[in-house]
Amino acid sequence: MQIRPILAALRKHRLATLLIALEIALACAVLCNACFLIATRMSAMDIRSGVDEAALAQVKLDCDDCNANDLNARVLSGLGKIPGVRSVSVINTVPFGDHAGTAGISLDPAGQHFGGVVDFYVAGPGSFEALGLKRVAGAPPGPDDYRRIDTTFLPADASVWVTRALAEHLWPGADPLGKEFWMDKFHFRVAGVLAHFARPGGGEGGPSTREWSVFVPTLPGKDLSGVYLLRAEPGQLPRVLRDARAAAVKLAPEAVLDQQASRTIGELRDRYFESDRAMAGILLGVIVALLLVTALGIVGLASFWVAQRRKQIGVRRALGATRGDILRYFQTENFLIVSLGIALGMLLAYALNLTLMEFYELPRLPLSYLPVGAAALWALGQLAVLAPALRAAAVPPVVATRSV
Amino acid sequence: MFGYYLDLALRSLKRNRALTALMVLAIAVGIGASMTTLTVMHLLSGDPLPGRSQRLFYPLVDPDPTRKDDREPYDVMDYRSAVDLWSAHRADRQALIVQSDLKSSAPSSGLPAVKLTMLSTTADFFPMFGVPFQYGGPWRAKDDAARARVAVISSDLNDKLFGGADSVGRVLRLRDSDVRIVGVLKPWRPSPLFYDVAGGRFSNGQTADFYGKPEDVITPFFTGLDINDGHFQQFTCWHIPDTPGHLQNAPCVWVRLWVELDGAGKVAAYRRFVADYAAQQMALGRFSHAGNARLRSLMEWLDYNGVVPSDVRLQTWLAFAFLIICLFNTVGLLLAKFMRRSGEIGVRRALGATRGAVFAQCLVEAGLIGLLGGIGGWLLTLAGLWLVRRQPAAYADMMHLDLPMFLLTFVAAVATSVLAGLLPAARASRLAPALQLKTL
Repeated sequence: MQIRPILAALRKHRLATLLIALEIALACAVLCNACFLIATRMSAMDIRSGVDEAALAQVKLDCDDCNANDLNARVLSGLGKIPGVRSVSVINTVPFGDHAGTAGISLDPAGQHFGGVVDFYVAGPGSFEALGLKRVAGAPPGPDDYRRIDTTFLPADASVWVTRALAEHLWPGADPLGKEFWMDKFHFRVAGVLAHFARPGGGEGGPSTREWSVFVPTLPGKDLSGVYLLRAEPGQLPRVLRDARAAAVKLAPEAVLDQQASRTIGELRDRYFESDRAMAGILLGVIVALLLVTALGIVGLASFWVAQRRKQIGVRRALGATRGDILRYFQTENFLIVSLGIALGMLLAYALNLTLMEFYELPRLPLSYLPVGAAALWALGQLAVLAPALRAAAVPPVVATRSV
Repeated sequence: MFGYYLDLALRSLKRNRALTALMVLAIAVGIGASMTTLTVMHLLSGDPLPGRSQRLFYPLVDPDPTRKDDREPYDVMDYRSAVDLWSAHRADRQALIVQSDLKSSAPSSGLPAVKLTMLSTTADFFPMFGVPFQYGGPWRAKDDAARARVAVISSDLNDKLFGGADSVGRVLRLRDSDVRIVGVLKPWRPSPLFYDVAGGRFSNGQTADFYGKPEDVITPFFTGLDINDGHFQQFTCWHIPDTPGHLQNAPCVWVRLWVELDGAGKVAAYRRFVADYAAQQMALGRFSHAGNARLRSLMEWLDYNGVVPSDVRLQTWLAFAFLIICLFNTVGLLLAKFMRRSGEIGVRRALGATRGAVFAQCLVEAGLIGLLGGIGGWLLTLAGLWLVRRQPAAYADMMHLDLPMFLLTFVAAVATSVLAGLLPAARASRLAPALQLKTL
């Protein structure tokens, strides 16, 4: 296939060629970045909560004026009787639930050395096992580790289990076991390290703080009541939760069941990422529409060129060019134009990424996106030009003998 | 002449229906996508109280002794500062604001109790924000002082509890207290819910919740503190409060104050007053610093909190990139269309048409394509907004195409296509007639 005649022909249509190339360049830039945005959203949704999500559900009762000890006793025994329930325990919140114990901690009693804002999971006996937390160091909490709450929402002095991510942030490189930290006058000592345990919602400092969680074994009572963690066989969980919601209303008629929060962890997770999924859907829609419009542009222009060159095609055919030659001519032409667009588009994609990085918390565009985007556009170009090129190849040689 | 060009344009569009359809579709998709996001942006970034917002201000002082002047104060105030500034009555109007959750029921409705958010504020709230009433009216200033057991409810709650009837005088049970309904609001939906906006700096651009609905129950400020004592949430604290939920003397910020100031002189005077107050509190030893007192206007406060969600801004940029791609596309297609008619243009030129006439004719044709694309774009915008309404966002239910955006759809479509037509039209009008005639 000779390229020089094609280049010579394109030179005669410099403006149209440039326009299509620019369109493809822009499409390439938007395509790469939109795909990357989708991928970042998806990976954010992929976060490991560190708990057995499929087996867990939360039941939340709002009752500020209840006798908390009485409420806990009634609900724990009542829900425990539901067939299929493996365990019921008291907790302040669950991953993908509401923030309940968010507070800043320090590494010294005077509060001079700020450690960051973490989430405290204040949880009663049985919850550690129910959550299915995996330890990487230390023993699981024993019966003596569960302490009574001192006036607010935390025990005054407690052994706690922190995540590996938080330990690595607070004491980089050091063995976290036995280390101490403070929240106001409350004192904590690390008794174990957890592999993963996501905080209820997003961290205040971005994705790296997503696992800054502290598990505090606590005895249920006045300031720890109303939120219950259910564990059941995954297959039975929806039915168990339905029964539990109905039972909770009967067990505590004076309380209000929180309809939104009383869900399985899986449902809470879905709702937590709802807007991310919606955004990914929108981006996907944009990509499809974008490719469609670009393809339409290529079809339109190629059709025009084919119609314009009918006579020349006829002459070439009369001089011995095969249908394949004509077909390949238009395919090669399209390939050249798209390649020009892609070359410009890669630069544009990179520039767009830099702009996005400035305004949104986005990492740098991995280089692997560029060849994938390029391949997609080449394929799109070839697909779009196929119909007009076939029409060109069907031009009979006899056209050359007719005057236009 | 214009009518003739229009006729020519119509004939030309009919001659090559496929190419016309491609162009109209490209413009329609581009306009549809960008107008959808632009409408969302327009509704989210607009003025929540047009005509009033420039008179509304939000004062802040910094009571936290652990901080310094070089930091911004917290987004809300401690009880004492807010109540001191309010009771000085130095502004034309002033309203204290605090929200809290409680259990509520209407004994006469027979419906089960629900948990809802109560807004507690002072009487100026209603005239200051121009809150519309369906039945009854606001309470008086003396009800604030008397801690009267009265409430104003939203039209939503009135529909739910009383089937939309005039419920003034009926009783609502809030936790353990009975309050008498004195007013029912008309549907009222400021966008964003500006008086609740705070903490936008810490939200990582996820600010969709600033566009929620106003609270269902509104009570006098001090009445609310009585009714729901022990259940108030802090914005933040710099020490653990001794009595959680009862924060009047706690080292916590949790109360907002909005003031109305008419005229630059009054704004300057009030700014001085807030600064003087902070200085006085520092002299008294309650504040450790007084240099970072603030007084922002409503729109400044919304900007400071970055209320437009970053996802929405991102979508707007995407849509514009998309529109530009559609524009390039249209330029290319128009170029093809006009060049194809070289012979025809050559004849017109040879018969005496000026370059300007050919140029105008081409632009009329481009404009017509734009108009057709605008109709498609309008339909696609309606479809796009329907999709937005189905999104899980607090603002979803507010999305609609208002008149300015409806008109803008067509203006943008025609402007885009005429812009796209400029270059091809210039090319077409510059064709040498003789060359074209020879090939005929």
